[in-house]
Amino acid sequence: MSAEKTAPAPAKNDLFKQITQGPGLVSVLGVIVALIVGGLLIAVTDERVATTAGYLFARPSDFFSALWEAGTSSYVALFEGSIYNSAQGFAPFLETLTVSTPLICAGLGVGLAFRAGLFNIGAQGQIIIGAAMAGYVGFAWHLPVVLHLLLVIVFGLIGGALWGGLVGLLKARTGAHEVILTIMFNYVALYLLDFLMNTQAFRRPGETNPISPILDTTAVFPALPGSRLHVGFLLAVLLTFGMGWLLKRSTLGFELRAVGHNPLAAQTAGVNVQRAMIVAMALAGALAGAAGVAQVAGTEKVLTAGIAGSLGFDAITVALLGRSTPWGTFFAGLLFGAFRAGAVNMQISTGTPIDIVLVVQSLIVLFIAAPPLIKAMFGLNPKKKKIQAAAAATQGGAQ
Amino acid sequence: MKLELRGISKAFGTFYANKGIDLVVDDAEIHCLLGENGAGKSTLMNVLYGLYQPTEGQILVDDQVVDFSGPGDAMAAGIGMVHQHFMLIPVFTVAENVALGAESTKAGGRLDLETTRRKIREISAKYGFDVDPDALVEDLPVGVQQRVEIIKALVRRARVLILDEPTAVLTPQETDELLDIMRQLKANGTSIVFISHKLREVKAVSDQITVIRRGEVVGTVSPQADTTELASMMVGRSVSLSLNKEPATPGEATFQVRDLSVIDEAGTRVLNEVSFDIHRGEILAVAGVQGNGQTELTEAILGTQPVSGGSVQLEGKELLGRSVKQVLAAGVGFVPEDRSVHGLVSQFSIEENLILDLYDRAPFAKGLSMNLAQVRKNAAEQIERFDVRTDNALNPASSLSGGNQQKVVMARELGRELKLFIASQPTRGVDVGSIEFLHRRIVAERDTGTPVMIVSTELDEVIELADRIAVLYKGSIIGIVPADTPRDVLGLMMAGVSADEAAAQHKNQGEGQ
Amino acid sequence: MTQPAVLPTTVVAHSVGKKVPLTLSIFAAIVLVCFGALGSTASAHFGLSSAGDAFTLPELVLPGRISNLIIGLFMAGIAALAWVRRNQARPLGRGWIIAFAALFVLSFLIWVVSGARTPSISLAGLLAGAAVLAVPLVFGSLSGIMCERAGVVNIAIEGQLLGGAFTAALVGSMTQNAYLGLIAAGVAGALVSLVLALFSIKYVVNQIIVGVVLNVLVSGLTGFLFTTVMQADAELYNNPPRLPIIEIPGLSAIPILGPILFKQSVIGYLMYIAVAVVWYALFKTRWGLRVRAVGEHPKAADTLGIKVNATRFWNVTLGGIIAGIGGSFFTLVAVESFTKEISGGRGFIALAAVIFGRWNPIGAFLAALLFGFADNLQVILTIIGTPVPSQFMAMMPYLVTIFAVAGLVGRSRGPAAVGEPYLKE
Repeated sequence: MSAEKTAPAPAKNDLFKQITQGPGLVSVLGVIVALIVGGLLIAVTDERVATTAGYLFARPSDFFSALWEAGTSSYVALFEGSIYNSAQGFAPFLETLTVSTPLICAGLGVGLAFRAGLFNIGAQGQIIIGAAMAGYVGFAWHLPVVLHLLLVIVFGLIGGALWGGLVGLLKARTGAHEVILTIMFNYVALYLLDFLMNTQAFRRPGETNPISPILDTTAVFPALPGSRLHVGFLLAVLLTFGMGWLLKRSTLGFELRAVGHNPLAAQTAGVNVQRAMIVAMALAGALAGAAGVAQVAGTEKVLTAGIAGSLGFDAITVALLGRSTPWGTFFAGLLFGAFRAGAVNMQISTGTPIDIVLVVQSLIVLFIAAPPLIKAMFGLNPKKKKIQAAAAATQGGAQ
Repeated sequence: MKLELRGISKAFGTFYANKGIDLVVDDAEIHCLLGENGAGKSTLMNVLYGLYQPTEGQILVDDQVVDFSGPGDAMAAGIGMVHQHFMLIPVFTVAENVALGAESTKAGGRLDLETTRRKIREISAKYGFDVDPDALVEDLPVGVQQRVEIIKALVRRARVLILDEPTAVLTPQETDELLDIMRQLKANGTSIVFISHKLREVKAVSDQITVIRRGEVVGTVSPQADTTELASMMVGRSVSLSLNKEPATPGEATFQVRDLSVIDEAGTRVLNEVSFDIHRGEILAVAGVQGNGQTELTEAILGTQPVSGGSVQLEGKELLGRSVKQVLAAGVGFVPEDRSVHGLVSQFSIEENLILDLYDRAPFAKGLSMNLAQVRKNAAEQIERFDVRTDNALNPASSLSGGNQQKVVMARELGRELKLFIASQPTRGVDVGSIEFLHRRIVAERDTGTPVMIVSTELDEVIELADRIAVLYKGSIIGIVPADTPRDVLGLMMAGVSADEAAAQHKNQGEGQ
Repeated sequence: MTQPAVLPTTVVAHSVGKKVPLTLSIFAAIVLVCFGALGSTASAHFGLSSAGDAFTLPELVLPGRISNLIIGLFMAGIAALAWVRRNQARPLGRGWIIAFAALFVLSFLIWVVSGARTPSISLAGLLAGAAVLAVPLVFGSLSGIMCERAGVVNIAIEGQLLGGAFTAALVGSMTQNAYLGLIAAGVAGALVSLVLALFSIKYVVNQIIVGVVLNVLVSGLTGFLFTTVMQADAELYNNPPRLPIIEIPGLSAIPILGPILFKQSVIGYLMYIAVAVVWYALFKTRWGLRVRAVGEHPKAADTLGIKVNATRFWNVTLGGIIAGIGGSFFTLVAVESFTKEISGGRGFIALAAVIFGRWNPIGAFLAALLFGFADNLQVILTIIGTPVPSQFMAMMPYLVTIFAVAGLVGRSRGPAAVGEPYLKE
C-alpha cells in the first residue's frame, strides 16, 4: 500500500529538478539541433535557394550548394560578429561580453528565484524599475566620482529589489501566483516608465522623444578603450560568485533551497517561509536591477522607454539553459550574448534578421527541457527500448 | 461474480510490489486482503482495477481471461473500487461525481443529472445512506464521502467491490456501520475485496482471508483462525506484543497545555479547549481516529497552526505566539506526522536533512556562512547512531526506504538536548524492524527525563508506548486514562463515549458474558 | 520575523477576512474625496446615440462633484455592509461587489470627463469601440479557459494570437481570400498549441516554461519571416483583404446595443457564438463535466475511465484554434497588414481576463469587455484632454488583475490541478 507512499516522491511537477538535472550531452545536442533548425530556416527563406529550387531537378547541385551556403554564411557572420574575425581580431568578443552582462545579471535573478521555487517572469519589470532609478540618480544628481557610480548601482539594485520584493510580499501574504503577478507587474513597470519618460523630471530638455539626459561621466562604468566593454561585466562576475556562495555556503541559501523544494518541511523546520519568499524575490529583483544598471550606466549611458528591450524574457531562457546554477547561467548568458552580438553583424553582412536569435534561443530551451526528445532524435534511448521489449515479452506471455 | 488472479506480478523498476499472487474471490463473498502497510495490497488492487498493467499474470472474471487497459475496462467488467484516498472532485456535487464517466445525456449532448439523482436516491434508500445528491462533496463529512464512493460503484453495477483500507478514517462506530453495509451488499450478491491491516474488522466480516507479506501471498485462511496466528502471518515472525519497557518514573509536569482551541478556515472548531500536562520522564500518547484534531494539536504547539485561544507552557515559558524557530530553540523536538511532506526535503541530501532545523545554529552556522565540515561530521555520527542504511550521506533523502527516512527525522530531532519531544505517527509506513528500533529510541528519550508526547492513530502503538493515554474526539479530549485501560474502553472513547461511561459499558459486557 | 503574531487570547475570524471591506472602504473614500470633494464642478456630457441610430436618445448630463458625492455615498454604504457582514462572519455577495465596481467605473468616468477640456464623450461610441477592441481578448481568454479547465496552464496565448495574426495575413494575401486567412489562422494557433501539448503532456516539461518559451519562439519566427518573406514582397505576401463589417439591417440601428451586437465583422459575430458555445459545452454537457473533472482531479477522472492526457491534448488544441482565429482580428479586421509584435501583449491581457473572469467564459467575456473599454477610454481621454495620463489607463487591466489574484476583491480560485502533469505510474 505505501509502496507509493514511501517510494521517492514522484518527480511530478518538480520544476527545479527539471531545470537542474539534465545530462550535459543533451544540452550540447540541444544547442546543435537548434542551430541546425535555425540554419535550415535561414536557408529556405534565402532567395538564391528559392531560385535554385526552381531548377532543382535540372541541376540539384546548385540547390544544395546554395542551401549550404545560405545556412553557413549566416553562421560564419554570426561567429565573426561575436568571437573573432580577421579584421578586428578578438574585438567582437569584447562586444559579446558587453551584451552578455545584463543577460547574466538578469539570468541570475531568474535562476535564484527558481531555486527558491518561484517562477520569476518579472525580470523585465525589475530591470525597468532598476534602470529607471539608476538612470535618474545618474543624470539628475551630480556627485563626485566613485560615490556617484556607487549610488547609481545601489539605487538600481534597490529599484529591482522593490519591484521583485513587492511580488514576493503579495505572494507571501495573499497566496497569489507569482507567474501572474510578475507578468502583470512587467506591464505596470513598462507603462510607468513610459509615463516617467514623458515628465519634466526624466525627459531631456528640448527633446520631444522620450529620452533622458545623458548620464554624468561620474555615473557610468569605465569602459575598455576602443570597445563598449565596461566594468559592469566585472559586476556580473562578482554577482555570479556571490550567488554561488549564497546557494552553497550560506544559511540563507539553505533556507531558500529548502523552501524551493518543500516549503512545508521548511516551515516545520523553523524557516519563515513567507519571509524567505519575499527575500528571494527581492534578491532576484536586485539581480535584475543590476542588469538595468549595466544597461543604463554601461552600454547605453542614457535612459529610454525601451531600455530593457527583451532582456527580461531572454533572461528566462538564459536561466533555463544554465539550469539555474550560477556558473551555468553565466555561460548561458555568454552564449546568448554571443548570439545577440553576432546577430548584428549577421544582419549587416548577410541580411539575416536578428529575430533568428529568438528562434534558436527558444528552440534550445525547448530541446534541453525535453531530454527524451533529443535522445529519441539521436537514438540515445536504450531505456525506453528495454521497457518496450519487456512489455512485448509480457504480452507475448499473456497470449 | 467470480474473480480470479493468477500469478500476478507488478514491478516498479527493479522493485517487485507484487510477486506471483494468486487470489480467488467467489461469488457473494467477502474476501479480505490482510497485510501490513507497504505489503503490496493497494498495488495489487490497482492492477485489478486497470490502473496499473501487471508485469506478469492474468485476471479472470467468471473464468474468462480479461485484459484491462484502463479502469474503464474494469468497470465494464463489473469491478468497482473505493480508493483509500477518495477519488471525488471536491467542487462537484454528489450527483456530478456519481455521473462522471457514466453520464446520461439528453438531446444536444446536454447532461441529464436527473437520472443520476434518481439512482442516488434509490440506492440511498436501499442501504439507508443519507446522501443529498445536490450537496457539494467538499462540504460532506468523510463518512458520507465514502458512501458517495460506494454509490459510484453501485450505480455502475459493480458486482465486485474493492474497498481499500476503508476504515482508516472512520471511528469504531462508523466502522461497524460500514461492516453492516458490507454484509448487506453481500446479501444482495455483491462480492467484496476488503483490504485492511486491522485484525478485529477482518475477523468480524470476512468469509476468507488472504494474507500478503512483502508482495507475496503467505496463505489463505478462514476467519476462525487465531488472532496471533494471523498477526504472525502478517508480519512474518512471532510478534512480541510488548516492548518490555521499564515503568515510568514521572517527575514534575513541565509541559502544560491549557484550553487550547483552534478554529479552522471554514469556521469549524477543530480543537476545543484542550488541556493536559506531561511530566518529565513520561510518555503521553494521544489516541484517536484520524482527523479528530491531532494534526491541529501538534501544529498549534509547533506554531504553524494559528490558534484562537489557550496557552501552551514549557517549563513556565509560553510557546504560543512564538515562531516555529523559537519553539524549536526552546528545546522542542518535533517529528511531523507525514515525513515526506513535513519532515524531509526529499531532494536534499541525507546530510542536509540531518540539520534541516539546525542549519543556522552553532556549530553548523557561523554568521551567515555554514560550516560544511561540521555538517558532514554530524551526518556521520547520526547515521551511525541511528543505523541509517545508506552508502553515502550525500545521497538524496528520497533514495532511502520509509523506515530509514523516519530514522533520519528522528535522529535529527533526538540529536540535541530536549525539553519536550513530540512525535506524530512515529512509525507510519515503516517496516517492522525499524518500528521496534524507533520505539526503543522514544522510550530511551523518556528515560533521560524528557516529557514525550506521541500522537498515533494505531491503537497498538499507543498501548505499547504510553504511560498515560489521552483520547481525542472531535477536537476535545474525551478523557485521559492509564496505559492499562482495556482496548474496548479506548475504542468506545475514540467514538466519543466518556471514559466513565466507556468503562461502565465494558464492565457490563464483561458481566454479561 | 514577520510572521503574524498569534497571541493566546486573540480570536481569529478565519472565514471572512478584513481584506474585502478594507479595500471597498478605500475605494469609496477615493470616490468621495478625490472624485467628489476635489473633483470638478463642471458637468460631464455623455452621448448615448451614434450616427446610424433609428432614434436619438438625449445626451446624459451629470454634474461632476454632486454626482460623485452621491455615488460615493452609495459605495460607502456597500463598504459598510461589507463590514457588518464580516462581523457576522458572512461574505459579501458577488452582486454587491459587481455593483460596487460598476459605480466606481461610472464615478471615474464622470470625474475624468467633467475635468476635461471638452467635457463630453460619446458613451455609445466608447462602448462600441470597447466591444471591437475586446475581440482578440475574448478569443484569447477562451483559449486560456479551454486549456486551464483541463489542467494545462496556457501562458502561450500571446504566441497563439501572434501566430494567428501572421498566418492570416500571409494566407489571406496569397489567396486574396480573407476567409481562407481566417481558417489558416486557426490552423496556426493549433500548431502553437500542438507544441504546447507535446512538450507539456508527452515530455512533461513544466507548462509555464513551455508557454513562456513558445511566446519567444513565435515572436522570433514571425519576426524573421516578416523580414525575409513579407517585406521582400509586401504586395504579394502582406496585403490581406479585409473582412467586411456586416450590418444586420434594422437591429444595428438600436441605440447603444445595435453597433455592439449587430454591426460586426465575421470574427466579431464568431466571438459571441464562441463564448456561448464554450460556456454551454463546459457547464452543460457531458464533455464539459469530464473536462472540468480532468482539470480538478485528474486521478479521479482516470479511475472513472476518462482519458486524462487525451482530453488535455484535445482541449489545448481546440484552445489554439480559438486563439488563432482571434489573432486574425489584427490583420483581417483592425489593419490590413502584419507588423512585428502586432498582438502587443494582448495575450497577457487575455490571461488576465481568464483569471478576472474566474475561468468562466461569460466572466472572461465581461472582463475582456472591461479591458477593451479601458483600452478605448485611454485613446478617447487623450483626445478630450484629461489630466489622467494615458499610461495609467493602459495599466488598468494589469492592476485590476493584481487586485483580483491577491484576493483584495473576492477570491479567484482556478482549477485545482492546473499546471500539474498527469503521470500514471
